[in-house]
Amino acid sequence: MNMEPSKENCPACGAAVSPQDRFCEGCGRNLRVQRTPVGGPDAVAEPRCACGGDLDAEGFCVRCGRARPPARDRVEFVLPGLAGVSDRGRRRQRNEDSLAFGRVRARGAAAVVCDGVASSERAEQASQVAVDTALDVLLTAVQSGGDPEAATADAALAADAAVGRLARPGAEEVAPSCTFVSALVTEESATVGWVGDSRAYLVGETGAARLTTDDTWAAQLVAEGVLTEEEALTDRRAHVLSRWLGADSQLEAPQAVTFRVETPGLLVLCSDGLWNYLPEPEDLWAALPRGVPPVEVARELVEVALKAGGHDNVTVVVVQLRGGHGA
Amino acid sequence: MALEFAVEVFQNEYLPEGAAEVHAVLTVSAAGEPEQVAADPAAQVLIVDASGSMRYPPAKLAAAKRATRVALDALRDGVRFAVIAGTESARVVYPANGLATASTSSREAAKRAVARLTADGGTAMGQWLLLADRLLADHDRGPRHVILLTDGQNQHETPEELTGVLDRVAGRFTGDCRGVGTDWQVAELRRISEALLGTVDIIPDPADLAEDFRAMTATAMEKAVADVSLRLWTPEGAEVLYVKQVAPGLLDLSDRRADVAERTGEYPTGAWAGAESRDYHVAVRVRPAEVGQRMLAARASLVGPDGDVLGQGRVLAAWTDDTALSTRLSPEVAHYTGQAELAEAIRDGLEARKSGDVETATAKLGRAVRLAHESGNADTAKLLAKVVEVEDAPSGTVRLRARVADADEMTLDTRSTVTKRVGKGR
Repeated sequence: MNMEPSKENCPACGAAVSPQDRFCEGCGRNLRVQRTPVGGPDAVAEPRCACGGDLDAEGFCVRCGRARPPARDRVEFVLPGLAGVSDRGRRRQRNEDSLAFGRVRARGAAAVVCDGVASSERAEQASQVAVDTALDVLLTAVQSGGDPEAATADAALAADAAVGRLARPGAEEVAPSCTFVSALVTEESATVGWVGDSRAYLVGETGAARLTTDDTWAAQLVAEGVLTEEEALTDRRAHVLSRWLGADSQLEAPQAVTFRVETPGLLVLCSDGLWNYLPEPEDLWAALPRGVPPVEVARELVEVALKAGGHDNVTVVVVQLRGGHGA
Repeated sequence: MALEFAVEVFQNEYLPEGAAEVHAVLTVSAAGEPEQVAADPAAQVLIVDASGSMRYPPAKLAAAKRATRVALDALRDGVRFAVIAGTESARVVYPANGLATASTSSREAAKRAVARLTADGGTAMGQWLLLADRLLADHDRGPRHVILLTDGQNQHETPEELTGVLDRVAGRFTGDCRGVGTDWQVAELRRISEALLGTVDIIPDPADLAEDFRAMTATAMEKAVADVSLRLWTPEGAEVLYVKQVAPGLLDLSDRRADVAERTGEYPTGAWAGAESRDYHVAVRVRPAEVGQRMLAARASLVGPDGDVLGQGRVLAAWTDDTALSTRLSPEVAHYTGQAELAEAIRDGLEARKSGDVETATAKLGRAVRLAHESGNADTAKLLAKVVEVEDAPSGTVRLRARVADADEMTLDTRSTVTKRVGKGR
């Protein structure tokens, strides 16, 4: 079920609205801001099992016995100009990735992807709290025209603090934690911020470029010349984070990069469940479908990861960059 | 009907990728105060072997009569009953017609009739059961129970004839079999008791019959609900590998399935008392799903005679690539798998011993000693020690005893299916 709101109706109450309305006359909803619901987009609540059988009161198929998949297993959300897909993958018990994004009409858009650290407690709660908290800060900045880099730092720190509050006293070792990658996009520029190994890519008309550097021990060793890129990929420390969000993060600021948007393109945010299978920008470029809306791009990239084995949760958010043609 | 059934499921639901077999132990407990349970009146038929062999030694027939009188005394007022004398045919000793209703006078009259019983003729147990079935036919509500006592082999009908009768009467009443002395066949009586969802036991000394009959009748009197079935729903493409009662004794119900709906079958469990608990081992083969998926592998329901669901439990399957999860053993499943192996090892070992295959007998009975030791089944270990000399129980090192009393060997055989209840967490 795509949740693309019609331009003719209020997404909350369904009342007819005109594109010029700032608020819905029916329910008072802010029509300029559209975003993923706090707590995560409701998963598509299928009334039936994939095999066609009815589901019983406990959510089991009366025919094939399969349990109704948890709401987070597959998440899809679509807004004009940006969309995201998050999938549990084929191996993990839970989807501990989260995504959140939104847009402010005529101003810009913001998106966040966080990947819960599997060895920590309640990792899915950590990533969900982080994306929701960060998106609030970013959308406020988009609306008010605040400084993108300052907003990105504020968003990461607010998310870090929110995740930190989930920790149980005396269980610091397994305190809920997650990675972070964000994008704040206006008509002129885009700012990407990150903590950990979730990535952002810029896709132009002739190629793709990675905008982030992984905060992992392996990446650090590559930077110091101890490991080659190739060795790092197979090294057991490849995914051991050197920075993260959470009670024990001691985070001072995210890394961030800002660039001018002059030509149309795509900004792709993803968790390592995608880039494990497409490690180089060229791989991403080769796998990317052309001439389709962002949601199709996100779906196709997730599909590539699933077909390659889907060993981890896979999350992809795709933001369309219009290059001065209006977000 | 105020009897309620609780179904507890013990299993490790986590399976490795591609695994299809799901095992679970269901503990079914019936609860309800006997006074509050509006039980339908019970019916009890006592079948006493009156073949010629019962005359020798003379104490045997006397003991059987005494035991029957004790059983009659244990009948509650209002219970419907009859006494049958079995030979190559069967005749009703009491009452003259149909079933009597237990009262002081009817019990005394029945006891007088039993006292006049004489022994002469052959043995055709199928005929005995058919007469019991005819008597019980009118009593279609409430527990119907038969006690069959014999001292010999079923000489006057073929095994096929007996099979035919068992197929006919299975599910119509429950029954317990007792063999007195050592001239009867364990396999034969076990076949009957399994068909009747009851127990079989040996009473080597006729003097012990009376107490056993009293206890059996008392147990039968406690039954509050008859004809309870274990209903099993399994998903499309699944196959029920087996359904076994594993406690208090082993009883394979797999072949007793009656399909009642698509993907749903019922297995008879007989009659239940107000405070009774049994364990069942259920094994289902399902179509494996992908790692990360969960499935309802079976839904087990206890169903009353009117089709009303009295209790339910779920058997789950979840596929994972976390070997720490999938390799974990359910202690309950492991325990009863061991108890079933123990019974099989005893039976195979005794069979090999009979046919003179010392090597196989020693290996099988040694294995049985080890399994009994490991599972803490002290009763079975004691019985085994009368048939083999145990050198080292943990390793199952044994030697066959040169001289073994028939009664000891038969007792081990008969009670090989009595399991030790799993201890932990109960």
